[in-house]
Amino acid sequence: MTDPAAGLIKQHLIDPEICIRCNTCEATCPLGAITHDSRNYVVDAAKCNLCMDCVPPCPTGSIDNWRTMPRAEAYSVEAQLGWDELPAEWSAEALAAASGAAGVETSEPEAPAAIAVESTVHEFNSAQFNATLPPWSAAHAYINLYGPRCAQHSISATVVGNVRVTEVGTDYDTHHVVLDFGSLPLPVLEGQSIGILPPGVDADGRPHHARQYSIASPRNGERPGYNNVSLTIKRVLEDYQGRPVRGVASNYMCDLEVGDRVEVIGPFGASFLMPNHPRSHIVMICTGTGSAPMRAMTEWRRRLRASGKFEGGKLMLFFGARSQQELPYFGPLTKLPKDFIDINFAFSRTPGQPKRHVQDVMRERAADLAVLLADSNAYFYVCGLKAMEEGVVLALRDIATQAGMDWERLGATLKQEGRLHLETY
Amino acid sequence: MSSIDYSQKIPNNVDLSADRTLQRALEQWQPNYLSWWKDMGPDGSLDYDVYLRTATSVDPQGWAHFDYVKMPDYRWGIFLNPAEQDRKIHFGDHKGEAAWQDVPGEYRANLRRIIVTQGDTEPASVEQQRHLGLTCPSQYDLRNLFQVNVEEGRHLWAMVYLLHKYFGRDGREEAEDLLERRSGEADNPRILQAFNEPTPDWLSFFMFTYFTDRDGKFQLCALAESSFDPLARTSKFMLTEEAHHMFVGESGISRIIQRTCQVMNELKTDDPARLRAAGVVDLPTLQRYLNFHFSVTIDLFGADESSNAAIFYSSGLKGRFEEGKRSDDHQLKGLTYTVLKADNGRLIEKDVPMLNALNEVLRDDYIKDSVAGVERWNKVIEKAGIPFRLKTPHKAFHRNIGSQATLKVSPEGKVLSEAEWAARVDEWLPSASDRAYVQSLMGRVVEPGKFANWIAPPMIGINRQPVDFEYVRFN
Ligand SMILES: Cc1cc2nc3c(=O)[nH]c(=O)nc-3n(C[C@H](O)[C@H](O)[C@H](O)COP(=O)(O)OP(=O)(O)OC[C@H]3O[C@@H](n4cnc5c(N)ncnc54)[C@H](O)[C@@H]3O)c2cc1C
Ligand code: SF4
Ligand code: SF4
Repeated sequence: MTDPAAGLIKQHLIDPEICIRCNTCEATCPLGAITHDSRNYVVDAAKCNLCMDCVPPCPTGSIDNWRTMPRAEAYSVEAQLGWDELPAEWSAEALAAASGAAGVETSEPEAPAAIAVESTVHEFNSAQFNATLPPWSAAHAYINLYGPRCAQHSISATVVGNVRVTEVGTDYDTHHVVLDFGSLPLPVLEGQSIGILPPGVDADGRPHHARQYSIASPRNGERPGYNNVSLTIKRVLEDYQGRPVRGVASNYMCDLEVGDRVEVIGPFGASFLMPNHPRSHIVMICTGTGSAPMRAMTEWRRRLRASGKFEGGKLMLFFGARSQQELPYFGPLTKLPKDFIDINFAFSRTPGQPKRHVQDVMRERAADLAVLLADSNAYFYVCGLKAMEEGVVLALRDIATQAGMDWERLGATLKQEGRLHLETY
Repeated sequence: MSSIDYSQKIPNNVDLSADRTLQRALEQWQPNYLSWWKDMGPDGSLDYDVYLRTATSVDPQGWAHFDYVKMPDYRWGIFLNPAEQDRKIHFGDHKGEAAWQDVPGEYRANLRRIIVTQGDTEPASVEQQRHLGLTCPSQYDLRNLFQVNVEEGRHLWAMVYLLHKYFGRDGREEAEDLLERRSGEADNPRILQAFNEPTPDWLSFFMFTYFTDRDGKFQLCALAESSFDPLARTSKFMLTEEAHHMFVGESGISRIIQRTCQVMNELKTDDPARLRAAGVVDLPTLQRYLNFHFSVTIDLFGADESSNAAIFYSSGLKGRFEEGKRSDDHQLKGLTYTVLKADNGRLIEKDVPMLNALNEVLRDDYIKDSVAGVERWNKVIEKAGIPFRLKTPHKAFHRNIGSQATLKVSPEGKVLSEAEWAARVDEWLPSASDRAYVQSLMGRVVEPGKFANWIAPPMIGINRQPVDFEYVRFN
């Protein structure tokens, strides 16, 4: 898929005209993404994962600034340190031209610096519908127990499993990595993520920054009753421009052997959490490794069901990949009972077949989705490739409108009630 | 641990109920505190619902929780940042040893003095600001004033907790005295002079929160490095709250400047008389207020040479600003620092042992930070196309502490005779008529979204609420 919008990132910036240089944000950021000199406070786009931790504590609101940028043009730390005011937003035309010209390949998940791709053509802003609150019945999440700003900077885990979950022979391999924390606490819920600190230093001699990975196992462990989590990690073997490059953390993780030790920070995320009331429905929309949190939620529901403690509630999954061979967990997924989960695949590169993206499949299932959109017990989760986000939210909008619902009102309700969650990277 | 228990009489995250004696002692102090607040807290604020920020925990998700709170019902309490495991002392003679969880006997008196001095400034500023609610320029500003007030009150709680928990009977007595002293009262004044100066109007309030609360930031940063771990942790959390106070000052002055520049451009004049007739604060008056608050505040850092400062540092009680980021040996023996001295009626530079000059080091760090903010105000003037620049005065201007106090020095740094000074002082410091004019501007504006004529609305509301949000509900 070549999507001109996909070369875009949303960059986090601080308004130097409003910021009072109070250091609160730097002291808060769990990833050490904020730095300053005597002139300005700035955010390093390569480190910031847009977790929003710094936004509420900032006394001025100056930290709540975002620019849609062609990735290649993202403002460097050095450039930002020299600013007296924020640069103007790029016009839609300029963005389209810059990203179109780059012709970016985007069917892989991208770096933490990126979130929602915003449309360059129309005014639709999918990110505005993203809930910042969890469902009302979500369990309480612990966050930021370990990190540079915490009492303990990281926690050590032991690798107790590492298997490849995509077919051998395809360009990319995705690994299922299991980490065990022994007797150290790392309580997590489905939908949260953790950060991995790769060993060694970067080109400037500084320790590598943390990379985030969603947790793929349910709350009571990959192996129930054990203090472990699993991750779904895809090797990065070329950068966004398609040039060969070995991603630091993803390759380190995929190459780990059982018994190796890994430094972890986190957990992160207090809103992308699953509902726990028995009649709640979950609609999961993902691509690639975005399936990790969906696997966690599905597995938790499966365990509950097996224990006989759960009344029901629908699970609906929309899962996109280039091909069946590149889709992690394909085998196990297809073995789940049909009355437990309603699975819809979309493959964009199956030879001899038209490209299908998740939003295309969602539109085919409009009748079922419309009912769920109208049901306050139904919760929607979107995770994976950032280029999918806008298309997915637009599809939801169209489905609602065609069913006679007022999208503006529904969209606001979805956000307010913690019913729509977007996590794209 | 990081979450704050609001079901307790004294909300806290220090497991207060596990220490019955301490809990009882603080519960006895509490009614005195409340009666102090009723007497000396913001005038006429009882029964208002104010849109306040209250911490529900000390981590990012919890400490900026916004809701309406009835003013006297604000739940003051004791919040400490989580402990860092195995924290080590990182400067002074004890460098490398484990941070103290209790007060070492030999440093007891000095630590108590540091904590009492810091604690004394907190109720002092509430007292200084108590009449301002009656002349607020908008509901937004009124809310900010109350936010500053309740947090100063909470910072007092933080220091009182340390006194009660770690200093026994002496500590309890000191804690009581904190409620006895009164800002500006002749027989029982606040410890530091800047906290006895009146804050009669909102221009002074904004200058105070810009300059004097910034002193708070630097002092707290220095205390956040302390080897006495409970003090370090309390100070860290106080710093997060202090940031808002400086914001109130920086943006307040910036909004005054913006409004003045707007009127200057409308009327095409820089004549103070015409601008005063138009009801705004002319820039030269602003400069005089700035001179006053800057000079009074830099006195707060103490004498330029001080053996106390050396002792506080070497014994590990109080570090430097951003101690952890500095690359020297963190012991400073044998190093020197250049200070300004009065010498036979002249100002000279003199190298003195760094350890004795630590007040000056902190003062210079502070000055750098203040100047940077003044430059941001200048950007507002520049943007309006007006050829005027605000400037911080010379370090020796209008000093009352340190060797420079013996000299009269102009804002440019020229040493003057008493006569010259007396003849020109009204050019440099707010005169009685300046103060009278500024006070004449102060009228209460509380309709949501309305602002007094002399100040521009803020760029954004609090917690991203609209500017015309109902920040205060008068019941
Ligand atoms: C909340 C969140 C959850 C995430 N969950 C997962 C997950 O469950 N599984 C998972 O595999 N990843 C996930 N990611 C992405 C992951 O954090 C890393 O971005 C990814 O592993 C690349 O890191 P790296 O160190 O290997 O590459 P780096 O060394 O950081 O990058 C090397 C080069 O490749 C480029 N690059 C980085 N990432 C990609 C990419 N994905 N595709 C193409 N080029 C890239 C960089 O710009 C750089 O030029 C998540 C990200 C976020 C923000
Ligand atoms: S918290 Fe806000 S005001 Fe303070 S330094 Fe950071 S961006 Fe600036
Ligand atoms: S959004 Fe999160 S990662 Fe980014 S700067 Fe803020 S706190 Fe740090």
